[in-house]
Amino acid sequence: MYLSSFSRWMLRGFTALVLVVLYAPILYVARLSVNTSKNYAWPPRGFTFSTWNHAVHEAGPREALTHSLQTGAVATAIALVLGTLAAFALTRSRFFGRNAVNIFIVLPIALPGIVTGIALLSGFQRVGITLSFTTLVVAHATFCVVIVYNNSAARLRRLSPAVRDASADLGADGWQTFWYITFPLMRTALVAGGLLAFALSFDEIIVTTFTAGVGYKTLPLWFADNFSRPNAIPTVNVVATFVVLASIIPVWVAQRLTDSDSANR
Amino acid sequence: MGRDQGKLTPAESPSPRSGLRRRASRFFARHPGARVGAQIGAPGGWLLVVYIGSLTALIVTALYRLADDPTGLVTKLDTTIGFANFDRLISEPVYRNVALRTLQAAATVTIIDAIIAFPVAFFMGKVATPRTRRALVVAVTLPLWAGYLVKGYAWRSLLDPGGGALKQVLGHTPGFGYASSILVLAYLWFPFMVIPLFSGFERLPTSLLEASTDLGAKAGRTMRSVVLPQIVPSLVAGSIFTFSLTLGDFYMNRIVGGTTEFIGNVVYRQFSVDLPFAAAYAVVPIVIMVGYLLAVRRTGALDEL
Repeated sequence: MYLSSFSRWMLRGFTALVLVVLYAPILYVARLSVNTSKNYAWPPRGFTFSTWNHAVHEAGPREALTHSLQTGAVATAIALVLGTLAAFALTRSRFFGRNAVNIFIVLPIALPGIVTGIALLSGFQRVGITLSFTTLVVAHATFCVVIVYNNSAARLRRLSPAVRDASADLGADGWQTFWYITFPLMRTALVAGGLLAFALSFDEIIVTTFTAGVGYKTLPLWFADNFSRPNAIPTVNVVATFVVLASIIPVWVAQRLTDSDSANR
Repeated sequence: MGRDQGKLTPAESPSPRSGLRRRASRFFARHPGARVGAQIGAPGGWLLVVYIGSLTALIVTALYRLADDPTGLVTKLDTTIGFANFDRLISEPVYRNVALRTLQAAATVTIIDAIIAFPVAFFMGKVATPRTRRALVVAVTLPLWAGYLVKGYAWRSLLDPGGGALKQVLGHTPGFGYASSILVLAYLWFPFMVIPLFSGFERLPTSLLEASTDLGAKAGRTMRSVVLPQIVPSLVAGSIFTFSLTLGDFYMNRIVGGTTEFIGNVVYRQFSVDLPFAAAYAVVPIVIMVGYLLAVRRTGALDEL
């Protein structure tokens, strides 16, 4: 499609503007994290690293961060196994009711968090399970499965079945074909799916509100508790900025992996 | 057995390794039904027991009601099945209005995100150089890690009518209310719209656009007749996220929405007071989303989520 250089510049300008809006609130938080005054007042005043220094020595955010990492890691691990299995079953065969299964499997992310949260809570209560780390992980894994499934299924649909047939013709059994052929070809999809699942779990608050055990604070729950405490605002800003900075690494690594993959294909 | 002479089936191939694995492998190759069963068993069982089980529990709870308690001290459930809660949410205008407002908000947020994400995703997928594209993918994904509440509170400070940045720099702020809720929700869910749209554009063959130009179509015509029909599944996939996420949100109303209430706020408030009614009200977004999924199933959007 021919685009005039004017349209190209318009698209470029518009994208740049959107990025500015996307990052303005985040940069604002980063700026506030080195503020000398303790509130959200505009314009930010002064410059100090004492808030960062202070936050490092606080147990609350460190503990919450650990909890979020634990929950996300376990939920993602479960989701990687279950989501990939489901993707294999649903992309490589046609069976009666496959369409219905397709809708059913995306429900945990298609239904709003409050529905998922209150439904899981009713379910746990009905069978007499008290809320704990396990219930939280089960809840998170349930929507993470869908994310992994979507990524793996998209990749499997694009893989040529001829590759598997060739592998079988050369004498590989099903497991060998998976391990030497299919798995390497879908590895980047697993990384992308796993990372997205982890990110969603890491930032999830609505389902978490309903399913976390008493006293188990994930990072979003810790944020929710501390926004109402004026003294905690600087620490909140520091922790939020730290998380964004730290997340650049996994996002970038995943991007490189996906990239080298499309270059090889 | 009239087996093909020249072709090695997995069973007859050289170097047989562990016999059991071979046998299992051969069994699954010959019985695709068993293979699918083995693969779908664990994830299907999980979703069925955990998720569908819970949804059923929710719907059953919605059919109960609070037991009459003269002392007003203990909340007990009256487990006789009845539709009293549903009658109440249909007959009381306040609940109907909240549901309609939530629906309207979900539609508005989705449309705003679609309009803004479309040119951005097009630029990323079809115009930008590979280098820029890589950087942009990272740039639109990264805000997802910045914390939903953190961004919400940052907006609260920016929107503050008593001296927030918008007021002081631009001279105007929508203040705290419905408009701000829409604005902030559209901001928050933007990555969920732009990412599926970008993958849609990236997959769209450039040769198709060139062919359209060669046949004499101007950019606008190519957009309407070639690009748009191909991109609909991605657009719908993005809309499922933005729509559903807005439909269930309640935190942002509390942060920037002033007195605005969505379905989520009512469910959250009622949940500790009158669980059966909260459950009944939570059925409303279920019905809306299942209806939406059934309606868009044919576009193939569910494969693009």
